[in-house]
Amino acid sequence: MIEGILIGLTTALTFQNIFMVMIGCFFGTIIGMLPGLGPMTAIALMIPITYGFDPATGLILMAGVYYGAVFGGSTSSILLNAPGVPGTVATSFDGYPMAQQGKAGKALAIAAWSSFAGGTLAAIYLLFMAPSLSKVSLSFRSPDYFALMILGLTAIAAFSSKGQFIKAMMMVVLGLMLASVGQDSLSDITRFTFNNMNLTDGISFVLVVMATFAMSEALTIILKRNDPTAAAKQVSLTELGSIRINKEERAKMLKTIPRTSIIGFIIGVLPGAGATIASFLAYGMERNLVKDEEKEKFGKGSVHGLAAPETANNAACSGAFVPLLTLGIPGSGTTAVMLGALLGFGIQPGPRLYMTNPEIFWSVIMSMYIGMVILLILNLPLIPYIARILAVPKNYLIPLILFFSITGIYVMSFNNFDIYLMIGIAVIATFMRLYDFPMPPLILAFVLGGLMEENLRRSLLLSDGSWTFLWDRTLTACILATTILIVGWQIYKTFSKKN
Amino acid sequence: MNINTTKIISLLFFIFSAFYLYTAYQIQVFAFDENAPFNARTFPIYLGYAGLFFSGLKLILPDPNTIKVEHKTLEYKKTAILVLIAIIYGATILKVGYFLTTSIFLIASYYFLGERRWLLMFMLSFPFVAAFMYLLHGVLDIYLRDPFLKMLGVMG
Repeated sequence: MIEGILIGLTTALTFQNIFMVMIGCFFGTIIGMLPGLGPMTAIALMIPITYGFDPATGLILMAGVYYGAVFGGSTSSILLNAPGVPGTVATSFDGYPMAQQGKAGKALAIAAWSSFAGGTLAAIYLLFMAPSLSKVSLSFRSPDYFALMILGLTAIAAFSSKGQFIKAMMMVVLGLMLASVGQDSLSDITRFTFNNMNLTDGISFVLVVMATFAMSEALTIILKRNDPTAAAKQVSLTELGSIRINKEERAKMLKTIPRTSIIGFIIGVLPGAGATIASFLAYGMERNLVKDEEKEKFGKGSVHGLAAPETANNAACSGAFVPLLTLGIPGSGTTAVMLGALLGFGIQPGPRLYMTNPEIFWSVIMSMYIGMVILLILNLPLIPYIARILAVPKNYLIPLILFFSITGIYVMSFNNFDIYLMIGIAVIATFMRLYDFPMPPLILAFVLGGLMEENLRRSLLLSDGSWTFLWDRTLTACILATTILIVGWQIYKTFSKKN
Repeated sequence: MNINTTKIISLLFFIFSAFYLYTAYQIQVFAFDENAPFNARTFPIYLGYAGLFFSGLKLILPDPNTIKVEHKTLEYKKTAILVLIAIIYGATILKVGYFLTTSIFLIASYYFLGERRWLLMFMLSFPFVAAFMYLLHGVLDIYLRDPFLKMLGVMG
């Protein structure tokens, strides 16, 4: 492991890679703090640029963007009560009241330190957990992978559906259907191309991500421009108050951070859960653990209430890398985007990544520490200035997002058809968003579609067409049992709500 | 009449799944693969049935959390104009070139979204695109096709 850490440090500490982490954190923070734009959009916009680098550098840049965007999301939560990402909704519960009390600077500083601590602690957990899990996952067979993908898709549908599980499952199926367009990987038979040569290679992953996130988010912002419920109740962006944290507040944070980093990391590792669930759970857990007089302060500007979700959501971000790097299966929409980008580099993440591309595996882990430090150094003193970006007029922001999206597709294919297809998908996605059809399940399904078919093919061929492979191995059966539990829980929730 | 749009979307998805399933059955596979446990049409067929199942469920089951969208407050016109500009941009980018079309696309979008500060609009279009092109083409070595700049002799 020490050799791996050294390889990772050597790769991550090159001038180019440190610069990339800085750029990633900076742009991630800016994009993440703009309401409506989250880490997935930020990473999607960066993909075309990463293709100009080697895989390790590209992934380091994306990891920096990821952390930056999560941190940026908390800034808009605190200052505008408009979370940039769902993972920072819980941050606004106590961050915004604190800002209203004239302590916006302090709230942002608490968020920055908690994010830093949560991310750093989680990176330490990842350092020890990832190699051992890689070894364990070498024993995984095709049926296990297939079951694991079913679990991941069901879980993300369950957790991102806001109580509308069937809608989320429809998006999963739609994602898998989109992934099935083009040549079959084994027989080279074309499917669903309708004799259109542009579809022979399938629909590009970048195209789907750009269309369903960057572009449709931009269109949604324009569409809802006059929505009175979306109007931001703004705190002064020029007078944020002191960013100093006193002794008493530090003591409170020291109690909250270790326990919420553990819960955040564990939730992040689980497929489909991610930063949103982690932050809500940490907030709820913290509320139960503090003394009664502190409990009263929750929702009114509590330090515990702000530090808990911020620590947990950053820890969950690191945790989400565990299934991606060790199993090759993304646990969240954002890591699904990263998986797509890695496949674009010709790299297949999974248990063998640890052995075949140690420089990528370790440099990503090492860059997390560096990213956290840079995020703190960069963001803490720049908070008053960065906050002003929130005042960027949408008249400029939206065309620039559309420009980046179309450029991303243009430089990849030099093909008008892809641009039209992207606009078409974006328009449909925008309309579906209005009716709460979640997009992350679609992306995860789209990325996993090929792998899922491949593993189902192998499993069915090995079992001679029999579906007994689903319960022949204990591991497969356990994973499927977990899936059934999740589905059962969702059905129970639906019916209990109705009653 | 109050129409539940979620149900309409589900119905459309149901029809789409039925069409997908029909197309999946039409996929031509090799003769020796026809009776294999798994061939090129197996997975799409399962997906088609899954689509029918979930959209059918959504159609049949009552929808207690009906999403109500206030159409009056939505900016359909501006969004449609922006989509139209993007389509025109997509149609001309290859023929005219990246620099000119992108800059005009940005200026047109700023304008239709209500911006009238021409100097700022200009600064965030032509010079901005030039800088971005330099980053992609000059620094990152990502090829950008631009017949217009080629004609002017600016790009090789």
